[in-house]
Amino acid sequence: MEIPKTFLGYKRENGRTGTRNHVIILPVDDISNACAEAVASNIKGTIALPHSYGRLQFGADLELHFRTMIGTGKNPNVAAVIVIGIEPKWTKRIVDAIATTGKPVEGFSIEGVGDIDTIAKVSKKAQEFSIWASEKQREECPLSDLWISVKCGESDTTSGLASNPTVGNLMDKLEPLGVHLCFGETSELTGAETVCEKRGKTPEAQEKFMKTWNSYNDFILKEATDDLSESQPTAGNIAGGLTTIEEKAFGNFQKIGGCQFIDVLEPAEEPNKGAGLYFMDTSSAAAECVTLQAAGGFNIHLFPTGQGNIIGNPIEPVVKLTANPLTAKTMSEHIDVDVSKILSREMNLDQAGDELIKATVRVANGRLTCAEALGHKEFVMTKLYRSA
Amino acid sequence: MYQISNKEIVTMAGTDIIIHDEKDNVGVVVIEKITPKQNCDCWIMENDKSVQIQSMDEIPLGHKIAMTNLNEGDTILKYGHDIGKVVKSIKKGEHVHVHNVKTKKW
Repeated sequence: MEIPKTFLGYKRENGRTGTRNHVIILPVDDISNACAEAVASNIKGTIALPHSYGRLQFGADLELHFRTMIGTGKNPNVAAVIVIGIEPKWTKRIVDAIATTGKPVEGFSIEGVGDIDTIAKVSKKAQEFSIWASEKQREECPLSDLWISVKCGESDTTSGLASNPTVGNLMDKLEPLGVHLCFGETSELTGAETVCEKRGKTPEAQEKFMKTWNSYNDFILKEATDDLSESQPTAGNIAGGLTTIEEKAFGNFQKIGGCQFIDVLEPAEEPNKGAGLYFMDTSSAAAECVTLQAAGGFNIHLFPTGQGNIIGNPIEPVVKLTANPLTAKTMSEHIDVDVSKILSREMNLDQAGDELIKATVRVANGRLTCAEALGHKEFVMTKLYRSA
Repeated sequence: MYQISNKEIVTMAGTDIIIHDEKDNVGVVVIEKITPKQNCDCWIMENDKSVQIQSMDEIPLGHKIAMTNLNEGDTILKYGHDIGKVVKSIKKGEHVHVHNVKTKKW
């Protein structure tokens, strides 16, 4: 198959390209959710991103909070941003950082004003942004403007056999074309960590990866009441045929095909070493992982599933694929691409990879994913430790 | 769901077992189950080659079969990589799982 050279995207002020054209109402903290949701309810064409945190955090945990907020606002799938916080200082820090992209962004704080007047004031600005964004047109953009993140979930043996290798096949075909790629899931690489390390393109990338994985493993060993051998694999994994954690990890690892990663990113960190594959230190929980990858600037997500994870994300469209014929049948409203014919040899990996590329480009062009049509927009902040 | 064209795809129904990598000493059952003495068709994904094996056990979908005789202490290779060690010798065609293979991690 000839791989499409272009897709239809939204050109942003900083040269990045969006596959979506969202106007977001971003609360800085948990107590600003109500205001943000009221504004999004008033003004059509906007979405609120309520979440649970943003108060009394400190140190690396607070920095991650800011990085996630700012990265979400900077994502090219976002046309314009309203930031609402209880206090002006943290609100301004987020607004100023998002403003470096050149996109419209405005901040509001509630203290001393109250919800009702804030909602009125913010709604006027949100209406202006929504109408402005509605005139943005898609234009032809090089395929290299795609920043693709991947994460698998509710995996079973069909994931490692077919749906994850299909994503790997796509990576092998798109990496040479200058696309940015990102995988994560630090915990679920346990068992494949030294093989993953060798996929680092430079000694620095390899060293950074092992430091990241060791730090995670040390944390598990410190906190675990027992080792993970009774949780990884789980009883369900074992019933499905997975015998060891190594086997599970290598299934996960299939998603990067034969690619090498050029750098290791902090959670929600934007890559800055050019096109290619990146590893991001993330949780293996689906919504947390995709939220972090979206904050890193990725504009479309591929999600292989075995038993049927139903996740979506408000910023990145999430394209779901499965190789499990039962899941494809019983949960069809969640599955964008069915590659179960690989198992019956009616389709090979090369063909499946091509089908996934076609689907990815169609979604990048604007086709709604199953998760978008169903209203899935899980926005979940990662919290590193207790608040002060 | 996207409609996938079958136009250029040659149907090769009847694959019972899929092997990820040529180096692997286990394969994965991809039909509902295989039964003892069944002659199974295996497909190696890496190089698109086919091999045959006769099963010794009943093995359900998603579970592994030994492609060769394995002794205690041998390494199980899947995806071309080490996924654990043999703790009880396994004959070619037998079921490979938690009763005869353990992790090397813990």
